[in-house]
Amino acid sequence: MRNGAAVVLIGLVMAFSVSAVIAQTSPIAARKALMKGNNDNAKTVVQMMRGQVPFDAAKVEAAFAQWAETAQKLPGLFPENSKTGEKTRATAKIWVTKSDFDAKAAAFGKAVAENRDKAKASLDGLKEAIPVVGKACDNCHEDYRSGKD
Amino acid sequence: MLRKIVSLAALAAVFGASAFWFLTIPETIQPSALAAHTPDLANGRKMFLIGGCASCHAVPKQEDQTRLGGGLALNSPFGVFYVPNISPDARDGIGGWNEAQFVTAMVKGTSPSGEHLYPALPYTSYQRMRLDDLRDLFAYLKTLPSVTGKVRDHDLPSPFNIRRSLGLWKLLFLDGKTFTPDPAQSAQWNRGAYLVNGPGHCAECHSPRNVLGAIVGGKRFTGGQSPTGQGGVPNITQDKLHDWTIADFAEVLETGMTADADRVGGPMVEVVRNTSQLSAGDREDIAVFLKSLPAPN
Repeated sequence: MRNGAAVVLIGLVMAFSVSAVIAQTSPIAARKALMKGNNDNAKTVVQMMRGQVPFDAAKVEAAFAQWAETAQKLPGLFPENSKTGEKTRATAKIWVTKSDFDAKAAAFGKAVAENRDKAKASLDGLKEAIPVVGKACDNCHEDYRSGKD
Repeated sequence: MLRKIVSLAALAAVFGASAFWFLTIPETIQPSALAAHTPDLANGRKMFLIGGCASCHAVPKQEDQTRLGGGLALNSPFGVFYVPNISPDARDGIGGWNEAQFVTAMVKGTSPSGEHLYPALPYTSYQRMRLDDLRDLFAYLKTLPSVTGKVRDHDLPSPFNIRRSLGLWKLLFLDGKTFTPDPAQSAQWNRGAYLVNGPGHCAECHSPRNVLGAIVGGKRFTGGQSPTGQGGVPNITQDKLHDWTIADFAEVLETGMTADADRVGGPMVEVVRNTSQLSAGDREDIAVFLKSLPAPN
């Protein structure tokens, strides 16, 4: 009987742990974390561009790496059941034209890849690269991110 | 007794209908009101960019922002508006319009056939534009490519489909005033104030609206509902943007980047496509004015 109780107890603990893990890495939470990371990295490189901090190639590389990771992971973070449930700025249109959304994520990845070396090489290179990457952000945000409520 | 009541009721109805008809007469501006003027096409293009005409009137989903064949669907609490063709096509666009008719549409919200236009066209802002700027804009529009195809009628449920009733709306919400510079402010501030409140029509998106769809007085620029139907449009007064410098405002109009390295999205991306083509001086004028927008009382 004690074994049975232990099994039930362990089962409950596992169920809670799994659901806690699922809750922590919900698609909405995961994609918001990626976007927040995008902005944090943007802040860093913009400070360099404005001469507020010294140019740091390693930090530029880290920014581009995180943006590349975002482009790759983003399309998979919009399952059908993730339209609501938590606060999200994902527009309903994503699920209507998902292939266009995926194409724009890929285009963002391409802009990041094509400008990575130039951005790391020099401050001037960074200043040329960032507006191009920024436009790729805009192409998605225009239709697929809603304004803050 | 009954006959008397019926007669009185009939009289009241006739009186009411006459009053309605009289109060809602669409206003027009006559060609004789326009003095001789040589169009400045460069200025016309500037008005076209700041006015954001292409943002609504360009054929959707294609690159060329000078093809103003219309067709975009605008959702609203009053139904769906379908943006008309304003290309120079003589049959399907405004090719047959004269200057006075264009000015009338932009300032009075009246069409060449004498009907009220819906304020989905933001003539509540465009009414502040100077006559010369409107005439330059018209001249510039006439240089753009002709696009054939008339756009379908708006899809508005009753009673919003009664155009004549817009005459009452205008009595309440169209003040007919032109732009007056503030002598206490700099020339640059006044240029910015004109661009924002006239052709820029920024408040039309960035303000809350009442149940009749008019901007709530005293709350201009404090944010509103997105025309896409999802999410909001930001408060751009110093209530929210006190950390922004004039350079930050100029930057967002040039590149779409905000003061915290975020990027504007939604319909603002299209706005920046236009404002990025303005001169740095124009953007700075706008920025100076925007930086001065006080938090509302």
